[in-house]
Amino acid sequence: MAPPPQQSHRSPSPSQPSGKSEVSDLKSQLRQLAGSRAPGADDSKRDLFKKVISNMTIGIDVSSLFGEMVMCSATSDIVLKKMCYLYVGNYAKVNPDLALLTINFLQRDCKDEDPMIRGLALRSLCSLRVANLVEYLVGPLGSGLKDNNSYVRMVAVIGVLKLYHISASTCIDADFPAILKHLMLNDPDTQVVANCLSALQEIWTLESSTSEEAARERETLLSKPIVYHLLNRIKEFSEWAQCLVLELVSKYIPADSSEIFDMMNLLEDRLQHANGAVVLATVKLFLQLTLSMADVHQQVYERIKAPLLTQVSSGSPEQSYAVLSHLHLLVMRAPYIFSSDYKHFYCQYNEPSYVKKLKLEMLTAVANESNTYEIVTELCEYAANVDIPIARESIRAVGKIALQQYDVNAIVDRLLQFLEMEKDYVTSEALVLVKDLLRKYPQWSQDCIAVVGNISSKNVQEPKAKAALIWMLGEYSQDMHDAPYVLEGLVENWDEEHSAEVRLHLLTAVMKCFFKRPPETKKALGAALAAGLADFHQDVHDRALFYYRLLQYNVSVAESVVNPPKQAVSVFADTQSSEIKDRIFDEFNSLSVVYQKVAKLFSSESKFMQPSYMFTDKEHRGTIEFADEIGNLSITAESVESVVPAQRVEANDKDLLLSTSEKDEGREPGSNGSAYNAPSYNGSSAPSTTSQPLADLAFPSTGLSGQAPASSLAIDDLLGLDFAVGTAATPSPPSLNLNPKAVLDPGTFQQKWRQLPISISEEYSLSPQGIASLTTPHALLRHMQSHSIHCIASGGQSPNFKFFFFAQKAEASSIYLVECVINTSSAKSQIKVKADDQSSSQAFSTLFQSALSKFGLP
Amino acid sequence: MISQFFVLSQRGDNIVFRDYRGEVQKGSAEIFFRKVKFWEDGDLQEAPPVFNVDGVNYFHVKVVGLLFVATTRVNVSPSLVLELLQRIARVIKDYLGILNEDSLRKNFVLVYELLDEVIDFGYVQTTSTEMLKAYVFNEPLVVDAARLSPLGPGSIFTQGTKRMPGIAVTKSVVATEPGGRRREEIFVDIIEKISITFSSSGYILTSEIDGTIQMKSYLSGNPEIRLALNEDLSIGRNVGAAYGYRSSSGSGTVVLDDCNFHESVRLDSFDIDRTLSLIPPDGEFPVMNYRMTQEFRPPFRINALIEEAGSLKTLHYIRVSFELEPGAVGQTTDFKEANKRLEWSLKKIVGGSEHTLRAKLTFAQESHVNVTKESGPVSVTFTIPMYNASRLQFSILSRCPVCTAVSITQLTLNVVKYLQIAKKSATHEPYRWVRYVTQANSYVARI
Repeated sequence: MAPPPQQSHRSPSPSQPSGKSEVSDLKSQLRQLAGSRAPGADDSKRDLFKKVISNMTIGIDVSSLFGEMVMCSATSDIVLKKMCYLYVGNYAKVNPDLALLTINFLQRDCKDEDPMIRGLALRSLCSLRVANLVEYLVGPLGSGLKDNNSYVRMVAVIGVLKLYHISASTCIDADFPAILKHLMLNDPDTQVVANCLSALQEIWTLESSTSEEAARERETLLSKPIVYHLLNRIKEFSEWAQCLVLELVSKYIPADSSEIFDMMNLLEDRLQHANGAVVLATVKLFLQLTLSMADVHQQVYERIKAPLLTQVSSGSPEQSYAVLSHLHLLVMRAPYIFSSDYKHFYCQYNEPSYVKKLKLEMLTAVANESNTYEIVTELCEYAANVDIPIARESIRAVGKIALQQYDVNAIVDRLLQFLEMEKDYVTSEALVLVKDLLRKYPQWSQDCIAVVGNISSKNVQEPKAKAALIWMLGEYSQDMHDAPYVLEGLVENWDEEHSAEVRLHLLTAVMKCFFKRPPETKKALGAALAAGLADFHQDVHDRALFYYRLLQYNVSVAESVVNPPKQAVSVFADTQSSEIKDRIFDEFNSLSVVYQKVAKLFSSESKFMQPSYMFTDKEHRGTIEFADEIGNLSITAESVESVVPAQRVEANDKDLLLSTSEKDEGREPGSNGSAYNAPSYNGSSAPSTTSQPLADLAFPSTGLSGQAPASSLAIDDLLGLDFAVGTAATPSPPSLNLNPKAVLDPGTFQQKWRQLPISISEEYSLSPQGIASLTTPHALLRHMQSHSIHCIASGGQSPNFKFFFFAQKAEASSIYLVECVINTSSAKSQIKVKADDQSSSQAFSTLFQSALSKFGLP
Repeated sequence: MISQFFVLSQRGDNIVFRDYRGEVQKGSAEIFFRKVKFWEDGDLQEAPPVFNVDGVNYFHVKVVGLLFVATTRVNVSPSLVLELLQRIARVIKDYLGILNEDSLRKNFVLVYELLDEVIDFGYVQTTSTEMLKAYVFNEPLVVDAARLSPLGPGSIFTQGTKRMPGIAVTKSVVATEPGGRRREEIFVDIIEKISITFSSSGYILTSEIDGTIQMKSYLSGNPEIRLALNEDLSIGRNVGAAYGYRSSSGSGTVVLDDCNFHESVRLDSFDIDRTLSLIPPDGEFPVMNYRMTQEFRPPFRINALIEEAGSLKTLHYIRVSFELEPGAVGQTTDFKEANKRLEWSLKKIVGGSEHTLRAKLTFAQESHVNVTKESGPVSVTFTIPMYNASRLQFSILSRCPVCTAVSITQLTLNVVKYLQIAKKSATHEPYRWVRYVTQANSYVARI
């Protein structure tokens, strides 16, 4: 424990080491002073109070002084009062009985003529966190909210929130939320307004799980009048409150594009704010506003680039890390927009490694034909970095760039130079990369093999690198003179090889080598199989046995199984699906971006979370959660089968951007329809490829089908939208208007679905464009949302997709529920409609059909 | 919205601990400190400013060796919290004059008082020193600045030939001075950080200047201040233009890539005559941040040469030439075994001079590797007072006839125009201190 900050121990028995004697000492001194009105008493009290608080800070329990502290609190000295409030706030919770003692003087102070004291007392009163004292809070809070001093109102508003957390029912019963709402719209002081907004958001979000009214109230925060009211005053708000308002507005859905432009023009100068939090909140708003306008969205990227880069380079390293994380996300989403800014992502030698790591990823992402040479040159400099993890990361980055480029000529040379650097970790990383490179570009084998052949396997220790070397020895044994003998040497040391991965590779490599150069390898093969059969590791044993039986059965069959001619791998599986990236993007300006995870995965209190508040998010969250739960939803048996876990849905969506943009398709004639030529025969590649449903193969062919020019498609897909906002704003049939901001939680949906009868069941045909666009369920969700039809759950994989939608009649509470099953091979969709209001279900069905038929049209 | 705020010393002691919402367990400071001290996560050996342990998010910034930490369970905006922590540190510094462990411990009651007004139930109320003054009553106990060794560039305060008393900037914004009357002063720093990378052939690979105009005002009565920048200053490159160096030959225009401003700055006439006007709030704040990738003349050239003399010895020649106008005093060299670094420090250097270090390294073991390739880059760290590389001019406008222009003619590279303080009574002309400092952010020459 730390030494107490005040060094002046006045303990009567200095031999006693710790706080206990000091506390009792303080107690007696406080007692003496309690009733004293003598001049100078306040000063002595100040000193004593300071000691008490310093003990409190370092963790010594001074709660036993509660009574004495309260006795001393009858003072007009504001500094003393403040210290006393601090003390009381800290210990009231554990001493609820004693807390009652304080109520009296706090209530009296709440009526003091000095607004400062009124505010302070009210704040302390609400901070007691004692449930059985709430009855004493309502009165002072009520008058605090009406106080003519803005400081007191400011404190009172937060006080309401504190009360809510102590006793929600007392807060609601006193109708405080309604008063806050009134204040939010009418108070002249912007901090009062901001506090009202914070408090209401929290209260209504928490209440909405039990009260529909609260859910509605929460939605009204996003109504045009409120949003406009706040926006019009934005410059009067403090920078922190501006962030709050901007965050709220980013969830608002504007009616048309002129509204969007008005808002952006109003807030443009916020991008020049010195506070990074304001800038990021503005950036989020701009990005969200323009999601449906591809051209403008791209302009927004261009516009925010410079302010974000300035934020990265000004301010403390911590702040710039937070901004850089967001820039990282944007670069990953739209690398081509940042490809000319690559020099900004060069690492500085003194930067912390977490920053360097982000930068390396960004450099990898923005590499294209025009800048690859320079980026790779720069990355090669880092390979000699003293920071070994970063050096490794740099080499991997070079490898990744090589795998995504068409002209890898220069890069291969660099990689081969790494192999000659004779640094263990460099060699290791480079070997793994050369292996991957050869799997994608077999045409480089001649050059690489010449260099790899010179590497002594004794110098390679890391399992991954050793495995890579052995794979190459097996695969290219015809070109490497001493391959059989190197392998033989490795087999001899079988027992010293601790990594099962390496032993597995060794078995396969010896097999491959055997088929190419039987006489030289025979001995090694025998030894390897024997060692493998005796191996304690299950996989190694099984594989050895398998090879053995295969060879026994028929050698030529064995060869065709183990060593068939293979096609190059065109795309390696990406680690993070674009679905996840999209969801992180929706949670822009939050921790999700820094952690590179969706909030659900790290936040224990997801109900509190800002994004859960957001309508568009709700749709995502609904999608996933409901999909998980859907097994409980007993509608029909086949629905349970056709809904797959969310994870697999994401797999379908993999590399949506990458493969439809100018990157791979079309330039690689060899990749037609066989993008996922499973390389799993040697067990070394990512397991994800093997488990991928065959249906995935349908996706690259849709990308190639030429329905839309590749480049424009890429942008649309990037934005996750297929429609300009114009169409979105005008849902066609006039007979029925839907509420664009309808909300329904999964629980209610399930309940209603169970209760209501099916009013319409129909089958439609879908346009071929619609089918082509339905590469992921997500695409349709966005589309339907633009027609005010919201998805609550989706699932399935090509060719069968299943969706549950809902919609709400405008200006009425009537809800429509839809189950929609789409079969992309037959281009048919089956829908079942259930409705609160049966009479209008036909009109709704027509509307739904018209919305669905527009899907995929430009 | 944050749950707790605390300040830890380098040893991990709680100096200040404030729990706003009671949602995070009490032992959070200890959990945090252990995590930061023994950080281990894959390849990274350094704790990032934001991390999550068991559902609690920890944010921290390091200020003068202290850890300012906030915790929350909510998915908040990370930049908001980090910015807030930095700002809290600044507010405390404004109050205490000097921010360090000692001053914090002496003034912890005041710090608690500040914290109560800055944040209520986790929500930020205000971080403006100006506004806080009305609500905070403790008087700061000022730590004796004389005992402090001068810290970096902060100690170099010159105005012309006069040397400014070092204590001035470490003065509390709120404390009244012994004389009872506050000295009317305003401090303006133009701090530029240079990042530059030279290739092994001496060619500039990347260069950037990040600048800040920092202001600290002790003026009473909130007078309006106008700052004039270069009239030919232009901002923003052509959108979409490739990162490259715009030719700056001929015209002396300064082209900033981008800049941002403090919220008190009004830009009404900025587009016309490049002047900023503001009513400086109390305390220290950045008036403007800017960033420039335009080509500029680097203050130093570095040439490094490595010769292998036998398999055990290598010779290093490092020559540094300085292109400022006006040799080196107080040289030390050292080879740090731990991080395999040869360090050469020069206490003072005059412009236009050239210095060479010849170092002979003898290895204990014969190495086969290519020494040149293994030798890391030469990195220079420096502080140049009264120099700004960007040639961003900055003038302080004055309407007072008594003291028309702050003479900073000493500056060879800057033409400072004026800083104007609109004052109603001209009885006491405020002191104006302006300094230019250029520092190395990352000044690296590859071998």
